[in-house]
Amino acid sequence: MSLIRVREVSKVYSMGDVEVAALKGISLDVLNGEFTAIMGSSGSGKSTLMNIIGCLDRPTSGSYLLDDDDVAGMNEVELASIRNRKIGFVFQTFNLLSRYTARENVELPLIYAGFRNASERALKALKEVGLAHRATHKPTQLSGGERQRVAIARALVCAPPVILADEPTGNLDTKTGDEIMALFEALNERGTTIIIVTHEHEIAQWCRRVIQIRDGAILSDKLKGEA
Amino acid sequence: MLLWRAVKIAFRGIGANKMRSFLTMLGIIIGVGAIISMLSIGEGAKKQVSQSIQRFGTNLLRVSPGSARVGHVHRGTVTTLTMEDGEAIRRGVSGINLVGSSVQNMAQVKYANKNTSTAINGTTPEYSELNNFPVETGRFIDGKDLKLIRKVAVLGTTVKEELFGGGIAVGKQIKVKGANFQVIGVLKSKGATSWRDPDNQVVIPLTTSQKRLFSQNHVENIYIQVESIDRIEEVKQSVEKLLRIRHRIQPGADADFSIRDYTEFISALKETGQTFTVLLGGVAAVSLLVGGIGVMNIMLVSVTERTREIGVRMAVGARRRDIMLQFLIEALVITVTGGIIGIILGASMAYGIAEFGNWETVITPFSILLAFFFSIFVGMLFGIYPARKASLLDPIVALRYE
Repeated sequence: MSLIRVREVSKVYSMGDVEVAALKGISLDVLNGEFTAIMGSSGSGKSTLMNIIGCLDRPTSGSYLLDDDDVAGMNEVELASIRNRKIGFVFQTFNLLSRYTARENVELPLIYAGFRNASERALKALKEVGLAHRATHKPTQLSGGERQRVAIARALVCAPPVILADEPTGNLDTKTGDEIMALFEALNERGTTIIIVTHEHEIAQWCRRVIQIRDGAILSDKLKGEA
Repeated sequence: MLLWRAVKIAFRGIGANKMRSFLTMLGIIIGVGAIISMLSIGEGAKKQVSQSIQRFGTNLLRVSPGSARVGHVHRGTVTTLTMEDGEAIRRGVSGINLVGSSVQNMAQVKYANKNTSTAINGTTPEYSELNNFPVETGRFIDGKDLKLIRKVAVLGTTVKEELFGGGIAVGKQIKVKGANFQVIGVLKSKGATSWRDPDNQVVIPLTTSQKRLFSQNHVENIYIQVESIDRIEEVKQSVEKLLRIRHRIQPGADADFSIRDYTEFISALKETGQTFTVLLGGVAAVSLLVGGIGVMNIMLVSVTERTREIGVRMAVGARRRDIMLQFLIEALVITVTGGIIGIILGASMAYGIAEFGNWETVITPFSILLAFFFSIFVGMLFGIYPARKASLLDPIVALRYE
């Protein structure tokens, strides 16, 4: 069963009179439990694709089913709810709120989801990424790797079926990057679907499936071990 | 999202930039403080007005000779109003408590080697109560004094001081216009008003004044105390009707007397007080409005600064209205906190003005509520635009914002 089913999705940006097609009719399926990398150089359309998969943006045409829900036809409130419950975001620049402690940052999605025991659940998520002892620290008191772990805890705290990571190791050194990738691998082994957008082959190596994008279209889609 | 959580988040946002938040709040504090203190001054003025109205006696009518028409004859020449008119009013008009008449003349008053020129007020016993003028020592003139045309006098404190200094006056003989009068009492001092000293007079029986001193038959004033304020108009009309008949004035012709009540005067005074309050409050409201613009300014800066935060919140599931609520509550927390501090400040200022400025101030619950809700209104008004701006951000753009 496909968790993500993208069909003939196009995205056209109009800049004044000029129309730029970022995506040109992409079709894609991601199954439950997959560990996938989307690769491409900048301007290839991979970010646009990720925004659409992440329900931050809507396609100009085509259909997108996430967990059997037709996202293309949803309004803003429904999209916010989908982002809240079904998707966890991890960003290159971590995007933690500097005024909040690690635990409070992790609580954020729970607050919008309306959970009562947010604090408890947030601690549990921090424990999962091995940062329970840093719960009361603010982002500025944490190292880059720790910050990204907090961000991952925030992404998984609502137990979404899919985690989307945009260049998650881009701001980290190789060793810390590997630790983060190992964390993603562990999460994937426990059943979470993970999609990583990257332009680094070393990172893509961790994934079982690698999709190459160029000029708004899929160039190649290979499973690990295939030539 | 729960409301208290939103409030908590708002307090955090404010706490993160304490100096800036305080300065923003200061605009509101000054605005609300100004409203509270200005209104308290206005209310104090109103209270003073109503106190002086109380002193006047609002249910008093005064009949005086001569038409009330502007540019008409000199009052002194009309001598048709008499003590008998007063008697007729007392007997013939219902709804009246007291009627008193008086006439004033200037004359020399002598005691031993001291003398002074003063107003000789020939009047009836009701004068004391009608004009709120009780005696300090001795007694006031009574009906018997009038009937027997006695030569007795009640002195105002100014006259008493002139003639007797610190000594005792009651029981002494004085000369009024050459005639011997016995002092029977001294009036309680009223204190000089701006243009007239009511203590500078000698009160004698009206009949004595008319028959023994000045050979007149007319009076200058007939005072009528009406039972209650709602009957003033009715009594005024009855008196007018009665006097027109007594003075044989043809219907349609001008009367040779006029009846004045104080309601016009009082409403003018009240209106002045009201205008004063509105004006002061208005000026203060403008300063609160300026404070509100300050809030909007800072909120707009805050939205721009926190674009990324807004993007993150949206990415993790905040709806547009959650974002809107967050910023709106932040603006409200600033204005309401400022409002409360402003109320305290304004109240202390009002207290200070009363204490050191010798100016009566009154803080009403209304002005506190007004200032409080006005500050909420300002927060809403100037918070809604930045909040809306925040909520309409595109999450993709917001997340990339540097």
